[in-house]
Order: sequence, then structure tokens, then C-alpha cells
Amino acid sequence: MRKVLMKGNEAIGEAAIRAGCLNYFAYPITPQSEVAEYLSKRMPEVNGVFLQGESEVAVGYMIFGAAACGARVMTTSSSPGISLMSEAISYIAGAECPAVFVNIMRGGPGLGGILPSQADYLQATKGGGHGDYRLLVMAPASVQEAVEMVMQAFPLAEKYRNPIMILGDGLIGQMMEPVVFPDDLKTEPGNKNDWATNGMDFRGSDKRNLVRSLYLDPEVLNAQNLKLKAKYEQMKREEIRYESYKTDTDYQVLIVSYGTMSRVCKTAIDNLLEEGIRVALIRPQTLFPFPEAAIRQAASAKSCRVVMSIEMSMGQMLEDVDRSVQGRLPVEWYGKCGGDVPTPEEVADSVKSFLQKYSKE
Amino acid sequence: MGKTFHKPEALSDAQTHYCPGCTHGVIHRLVAEVIDELQIRRRTVGIAPVGCAVLAYNYFTFDFQEAAHGRAPAMATGIKRVRPDLMVFTYQGDGDLASIGMGEIIHAANRGEKFTTIFVNNAVYGMTGGQMAPTTMPNQRTTTSPFGRNVADVGMPIKVAELLAALQTPAYISRQTAIKPKYIVKAKKAIKKAFEYQLAGKCFSFVEVVSTCPTNWGMTALEAVNWAENTLLPYYPLGDVKTPE
Ligand SMILES: Cc1ncc(C[n+]2csc(CCOP(=O)(O)OP(=O)(O)O)c2C)c(N)n1
Ligand code: SF4
Ligand SMILES: [Mg+2]
Repeated sequence: MRKVLMKGNEAIGEAAIRAGCLNYFAYPITPQSEVAEYLSKRMPEVNGVFLQGESEVAVGYMIFGAAACGARVMTTSSSPGISLMSEAISYIAGAECPAVFVNIMRGGPGLGGILPSQADYLQATKGGGHGDYRLLVMAPASVQEAVEMVMQAFPLAEKYRNPIMILGDGLIGQMMEPVVFPDDLKTEPGNKNDWATNGMDFRGSDKRNLVRSLYLDPEVLNAQNLKLKAKYEQMKREEIRYESYKTDTDYQVLIVSYGTMSRVCKTAIDNLLEEGIRVALIRPQTLFPFPEAAIRQAASAKSCRVVMSIEMSMGQMLEDVDRSVQGRLPVEWYGKCGGDVPTPEEVADSVKSFLQKYSKE
Repeated sequence: MGKTFHKPEALSDAQTHYCPGCTHGVIHRLVAEVIDELQIRRRTVGIAPVGCAVLAYNYFTFDFQEAAHGRAPAMATGIKRVRPDLMVFTYQGDGDLASIGMGEIIHAANRGEKFTTIFVNNAVYGMTGGQMAPTTMPNQRTTTSPFGRNVADVGMPIKVAELLAALQTPAYISRQTAIKPKYIVKAKKAIKKAFEYQLAGKCFSFVEVVSTCPTNWGMTALEAVNWAENTLLPYYPLGDVKTPE
């Protein structure tokens, strides 16, 4: 396969097409508008659907309507837009339809800023919309990985009949990197006729299908929620992904970091090693399900003094890291979330100060 | 003698949950008859609103989706864009369509989405217990306008059919009522025309149906019909407001 140089946002759009997703609805917002611009040209070339909706609220329901028909469908947005889509995401999860949402995060709260951020961690992993639902959340650290995750997201959404979120920071969308596209995805699951409102004639059935999230009987609603919970438990068993870096050393500090931030951490780790300070990294590639066991195990290393959650948010992932470590070691946070990505030097300084603090004790 | 009356195939056997004297049931039946007559049941997808008709899918025998409050036109857009061969209609109340969902219906109509909307205007929020709607009449008492709708405070009731007809995009826009047999016959004709425009892939089609909510109006079924005829119809005139040609 040929290597091409592409901007993250355009690569994400192209990846959707190659995954067989020919239906895209969106509303412009920085820093991801290039996805819509790219697909407004590309979709007509492949006889696909491109529509610019009137708001992210409407786009969320265009996605719902299309997904409920069994169509592969995607939207992309950034933080404030994802807040508006969260109502629809809750309904889609409740109604068990597959769909892919990409959030190229910018700073918040409110209008925040347009520069990279990871401040929607809790929104993505803990809900965002109302009710007991979860999204399978994948966090790419490069344009290549963004492409791969987008292409993997559609079969995963269909496997679980649940929305999937690709959570990238603004840099993933904006930077240009070489990409090799995986083989086109040609297959679709054969079970769509069991549930999709794709028309009785179309599926050759006398049974009508109903897509809904309303269950007025408390026992039935409870059963539905248990069914959803079972899916999320299955995700925890089958879909956890992470990368380990330098975990085969006698590391003194364990960093947990994802996305662009994890790349800076790797540079810092390499630089620190030259000074004789040994640091390891666990990079969650799925944020839900979260690699709890891997982090717990890594935090059990005898040489390790402290675990750090390094994130472009004010200690959101820290809660999950803390939960994973289960009191085995102190857990600390470092990060920034105004739009500047912390430098390797800043990360190294923070690592050194915490190492000093906990080496004394 | 042959069979003179039968239940449309598009209508299920479920017992209605609507109150006595409510016109939701009549409108369901008209939609079902039209779907039967056009023989489109097996390729139709309906979209239920949030409102008293949230369970509308219990009464029909074809595919249905259930929307969030006001968002049915966006869902219908999603369906029609990816599956133009399906026949799609939204069924929405006045709180659903003219208040929380006003943005969605205006933009769907303006894009000329090729689906049909049945808009049930009963001048009140039925399901939540009779609160004021954007269509509530001046001085009409509701649970959130206990002294009557004060138009100096909250403005005049919205004439949705006329509002949508003002858009420059071609569309079929009609207002009918289901309160008396003579009107019901005409309402059915308009609903059929609306579906026919969709079938021909012609334009967005919209039928507002002036309706009753005796329960929340605090009236008997008969009083409700008379109040609708004497109070609502003069403000909400019947007939086609716009045709696509
Ligand atoms: C987002 C949201 N807000 C509020 C509600 C509560 N709610 C349910 S039905 C309804 C009003 C329905 O009135 P209308 O659309 O006129 O339908 P009717 O019952 O009169 O047929 C409201 C406000 C809701 N379900 N969702
Ligand atoms: S509350 Fe009103 S709109 Fe709802 S079913 Fe009863 S009469 Fe009909
Ligand atoms: Mg109403």
C-alpha cells in the first residue's frame, strides 16, 4: 500500500469511505471542519451522502435516523458540538443503533478555545448524555492510528449495536503525517434485518421493526438496562487496548497518557533516561473500556514510586488511573488545558519533582 | 351485501390509549387508510414524536422509529437521505414541532426533504398535562397560563402552515381538521396528496390537522369540537396553503 501525506481531518474522512461508510452528516466547527470540506467533495465521487445539517442537534438525529435504517453513518465535530449531540447519542445508545462519532477536542468549558485539548474525557467515557449508557471510546495518537481506528470503529459499532466515539485532540485533526490506508472494508454484518427499520419489502419480512428507547414498564426498562450493561461488560472483556512503553525496565515512575500528550511523554521519557531517570508509559488506546488491570499491574513494579496521569485536562483521566491503581502507589497529575501542549521539558520537570517527593518518603 | 367497513391493514388491533373525544385516533386512521390505498405499507417508516402520540407505533403495522422531543424531522432527513426509496412520515404535536422542534422542521422544509409531516395542532401540550403551547390561543387558559395566554407577554400563536409556506422552496402545505366528518373527508384527501407528492419524489409535504384535547381543555368531547370550530378554525383557516407548482 502506498504512503500518502495527509492532514488528520482529511484522513479521517477518507478512512470512513474506505470503511464503507457512505453517509456523513455534520455541522462546521474548528478544529475539524476539514472533514466536512473533504467529504463534501469526496462523497459525490462515490455516490455517497453528504449533508450539512442546521445544527449539531439536528445532525445527531440525522445520524440516528440513518443508523436506525442499518446504514453505516458517521459524523465529526468538536467539543461544543458534541455537547449538543449528546442528547442524540443517549437515544442512539438506548435504541441500540450502530454509529460513529468523532470528537476532535478543543478547549472548554463554554466556547473555551480552538486549540488542542483533552478536556472531554469525562464526557466521552462517563456519559455526556443522560441515562446509563457507555460509548466505546478510542483515542488515536497519530494520523495513522486515527485512520485505523475509524475503520475499526464501524464493525465494532455493529458488533455491539452501540455508538463508538473516536476521541482525538485538535492536533490529531490538524497535523499532517504519512498514512498507509488499510485494505478497504467490504463486509457488513448480516443481522441488520433483525432490527433495522429498513422497510419490510426491502428485507422480505412480514415482521415490522421498531427502533425506540421508551420502556414505560419498570421491569422491562430495568431488563433493557441490564442488557446494555452486559454489552459494556463484554467490551471490558474483549476490547481493551493499550500500548506499553519501557515497561520492561526498572522504572521509578509510571506515566499514563493518551493521544498527542502520550507522544510528548515518550520524548520526555527518552530524555529522562539519558539523565538516568527511568520512566515507563501506559498509553490507553481505548478510554472506555479502560486498561485498569494493565495499569494496576504496572503500578505493582517494585521499583516504581509514583504513578502520573498526564493529560491536557485538569485531572479527568486521573480519576480512572487512581481507580485502577487501587491505592498501591501515590497517583499524581500533570497537565495543561489552555491549548498549549506541554513540552517534553515541562513533563520531565514534573516527573522529576514528583519522583523527588516520593523518593524521600 | 358486500363488506362496507374494514380496518386498514396499516392499523393494528391494539386498544387505544387516547382519551375519549381525542382526534389523535381519527388522524391515525386517516394515515393508515392512505398508506393502504397507496400500497406503500411494506416500505414505510413512521416516526413517532414525544407527546401523546409517543406510542403511535403501537397502532401501526409497519416500521417505526421513535424520536426525541422535536427531532423527528432530522431523523426523517437521515432516513430519506440514505434510503430515498422508503416512504417516511413524521407525526408530531404542536409542542413537539412548533416549540422545541421548530428549527428542525423549518430546515427540513427549506431543504425540500422528500418526506411527509402530519402536524397535530391541539393548541396545548397534551401529554404533560395541558401546559401552554406556541399555538395556544390568546386568552386561552392552560396550566402554565392560568390567567389566559397574555399575548403582550408571550406573543401571538404561531400559524405553522403559513410560516412554512413562506419559505421559497417548493412544498405542499395544507391545513385541515379532524373534528367533524365533513372536515375529515377533506383531511384525508390532503394527507393522500401529501403522500403522493412524496411518492413522486416531488417535494416536502405537510398537513397541519387542527385537533382536540378535551381532557386538557377541561371540556366534554362535544364541547371540545364546538370550541375548536368556533375558536381555533377562525384563526387557523383550513385549506391548501401552498402547492409545489
Ligand atoms: C427534551 C424534552 N423536554 C420535555 C419533555 C416533556 N414533554 C413530553 S411531551 C411534551 C409536550 C407534548 O406536547 P405536544 O407536542 O403538543 O403533543 P400532544 O401531547 O399535545 O399531542 C413535553 C414538553 C421531553 N420528553 N423531552
Ligand atoms: S391528553 Fe389530550 S391529546 Fe392527549 S390523549 Fe388525551 S385528549 Fe388526546
Ligand atoms: Mg399538542
